[in-house]
Amino acid sequence: MGQHLMKGNEAVIYGALLGGATHYFGYPITPASEIAHAAADLFPRCGKHFLQAECEVSSISMLYGAAAAGARVITGSSGPGLSLMAEGLSYLSGSELPSVVVDVQRAGPGLGYIWPEQADYNFIVHGAGHGSHSGVVLAPNSAQEMCDFAYKAFELAERYRCTVFILSDAYIGQIMEPVELPRQIKANPHKDWALYGDADSRHNLLSSIYLKLEELEGHNLHLQEKYRLMETEIVDFEEILTDDVEYLFVAYGISSRICHSAVAELRKKGIKAGMLRPKTLFPFPSVRLQQLAGHVKKIVVAELSNGQMVRDVQLAVQGAVPVDLYNWMGGRIPSTDEIVQRLKKDIATG
Amino acid sequence: MSLEEKNFIEVNPKRCKGCAACIVACPNGCIEIGSEINQMGYQFARFAVRKCIACGMCFYTCPEFGAITVYQKPRKGA
Amino acid sequence: MHTIKHQKARSLYPTFERKAPGADVSHYCPGCGHGTVHNLIAEAIDDLGIQDRTIFCSPVGCSVFGYYYFDTGNIQCAHGRAPAVASAIRRTHEEAIVISYQGDGDLAGIGMSQIVHAANRGENITVFFINNAIYGMTGGQMAPTTILGQKTVTTPDGRHAENEGFPIGMVEIINSLQAPVFIERVSLAGAKKVMKARMAIRKALRNQVEKKGFSFVEILSPCPVNWKMTAVEARRWLENNLEPVFPVGNLRDLPKGPFDKVDKKKDSRMSDRKILEILGVNEEEVHAGTVQLQEEQNVKIAGFGGQGVLSTGILLANCAIAEGLKTTWLPSYGAEMRGGTANASINISHETIGSPIVSYPNVLMVMNLPSLDAFEDKVRPGGAIYVNSSLATRKVRRADVTAYHIPASDMANDLGTIQSASVILLTVYALVSGAITIETLKKVIPLSIKRKNLVDLNMQAIEAGVTWHRDNCPKP
Repeated sequence: MGQHLMKGNEAVIYGALLGGATHYFGYPITPASEIAHAAADLFPRCGKHFLQAECEVSSISMLYGAAAAGARVITGSSGPGLSLMAEGLSYLSGSELPSVVVDVQRAGPGLGYIWPEQADYNFIVHGAGHGSHSGVVLAPNSAQEMCDFAYKAFELAERYRCTVFILSDAYIGQIMEPVELPRQIKANPHKDWALYGDADSRHNLLSSIYLKLEELEGHNLHLQEKYRLMETEIVDFEEILTDDVEYLFVAYGISSRICHSAVAELRKKGIKAGMLRPKTLFPFPSVRLQQLAGHVKKIVVAELSNGQMVRDVQLAVQGAVPVDLYNWMGGRIPSTDEIVQRLKKDIATG
Repeated sequence: MSLEEKNFIEVNPKRCKGCAACIVACPNGCIEIGSEINQMGYQFARFAVRKCIACGMCFYTCPEFGAITVYQKPRKGA
Repeated sequence: MHTIKHQKARSLYPTFERKAPGADVSHYCPGCGHGTVHNLIAEAIDDLGIQDRTIFCSPVGCSVFGYYYFDTGNIQCAHGRAPAVASAIRRTHEEAIVISYQGDGDLAGIGMSQIVHAANRGENITVFFINNAIYGMTGGQMAPTTILGQKTVTTPDGRHAENEGFPIGMVEIINSLQAPVFIERVSLAGAKKVMKARMAIRKALRNQVEKKGFSFVEILSPCPVNWKMTAVEARRWLENNLEPVFPVGNLRDLPKGPFDKVDKKKDSRMSDRKILEILGVNEEEVHAGTVQLQEEQNVKIAGFGGQGVLSTGILLANCAIAEGLKTTWLPSYGAEMRGGTANASINISHETIGSPIVSYPNVLMVMNLPSLDAFEDKVRPGGAIYVNSSLATRKVRRADVTAYHIPASDMANDLGTIQSASVILLTVYALVSGAITIETLKKVIPLSIKRKNLVDLNMQAIEAGVTWHRDNCPKP
């Protein structure tokens, strides 16, 4: 089977095109620009549409228009761009339009810099933009998963009529790894709610405005029901050495790669470390975490932020076990050794 | 002369908001505001049966939907 | 029998069920210009026979409920973003008729960027811009087009240029762009002017049917309630006060757009097989051999930007794949690279690779002195350092590592390109470590380098590296 060495940022475009993507709209931003570069190269060559928008406010509005018209549409950006997209993301949720948004997280706040961080977690996972809404949030930790998650993202987006986020980071975007490409192109199905500019779809309306209180309340309840359904249907995670785990790391994206190495090192030293890696951050693997909390001595959440995912972990385990936060900000990345030493010290000091 | 042989307009009294834009628009002064009040609380326009040429100025100026319909008299020999 | 000469357009719903069951009046205030424009657009849609194809993009503002009335496809857009939404719909359905209907706050305020760029791209859409010089829905605030001295609830003593600036002329702005085909400002101040507006609206829609490009119609429109006057007074005020600031007339009416909006090159029905081919899905990979690593290779390659550090790392990773090994490549990037050293981290292993970051390499290749200074101390004891001694003029100081001082830049220069120096280092590393074979390196190079002459030079660089290794590295 063919293995293609490519960047995570390129792999996401291969996955999208094989997943049936028809349109890409975006605005360049480091460290996500290779997504736009790959899209600009490959979308037109594959007979699909690429357009560099004037800003992220426009690119997300273009997602809104194309999704409404039945397209499979994707954009890629990073924190400052996502902030600008907040408006459109809320509208997409309100009108229940399916689209795929890749966030290659960089260090913030403000302009910050282009090094990796995982500080968009709260913003993306807990509803980007105004109103009670969210979307599926997938968290790849390799170039292969950048491809695989993009490949399945449109089906998920259409199944729930929601935004699917691929919450990546500067390292998972920039990393080059062998990627095995899916062998089949997924078809973009006809949607009976979309606007095709024809007689059959003429009666369709895509809107997020509800003038009657009962209708808007009902719409909100419907959205929440959808999110609740996701929790029972599509929670996804990876477990590493959790059978006899005593010290459980919880991490996603680049942090999970470093923790993976740390787990291996700790095991060599006789410490029963393991990891739960959420592949979906929304819905969050709360149930599995609850189960594991009953067996472990300590949970360590490792993330590149002020401690955002740790809140979801704490909420899941309900105080059943101590939850420690190992965090780094401003683009600092820990070495494997730093995590190993810190856990050893924490165990020694109880 | 009866209405049968003339152009005329029909103002839907339930739809007219009495803004009088049509009255100004009509080149022949065919329309007036009546004294009756409709369900929305507006004194609505009505056709005053004069020299309507079915030009449609009232129709195109009217900001409501289907408040005015313009009828053209039968053509001779038709 | 009388014949009906003018009646409600078919493109308007018979009753407005989305507004309320059985409703047949608009939500607009008495004398508002929106209804007039709706009627004119609906009539044009009827007459052009495009009702099924039409997708009406409603803005935020008084006309937010366009979908109550237009029996067409409907979408409601975020404030000011309708031109971006319309652009995307246009690029999804070539035969759709896409209308962006916007007010002055929507188009000339919050959505200035979207309208200018959609116009500048010459999107084959039709934009109707209702300019009534005030915000209606939110209750009579200043608009970008509010005229000087005009009182609104946010300019209670009138708009002053020194604080709020001047009213914005949108057709003039659009007219500064190359792409639009049709630009006209019309007025609803009187019946004759309404008839001119009617013609402009029809033309703007017909242009889209004929795929001519971007058409823009600004309509000066009365807002009697927020202007605080009767509908009749409002039309007079419009004529006497707005029209002098916003002169009506056609600014552009081209027989043909500046470019063909139908992309004949694009093959939207490309077969899956062809796409799979373009994406290289079924490409066969080079599979040269199966190397048994002594230990996991944590490689750092560092040097000046332009010394091929990143691409040599990619070459190494590709070789590792060909050897049936797992690998990762991670660049340094951004400001680090400007003027300083660039470096790439490559891991090669039989096992799944956790962290792709190489903090403490067991293999270091340095192309210059600053890189040697930066990374020498990070190398794990027992590791190897490959030094481009042409540029890194000092020796490796550590005694617990194996050092190879290779005059790679000089050797590469002799071959004809200094750029292949890093390949010489890579070759020596390959021979010393056995992590990849020379055979694999030679097979992979033509796949990762496109230019034929560079392939040849790199092949020569490999030979030079092999020779250097033979002459300088005694067999164990």
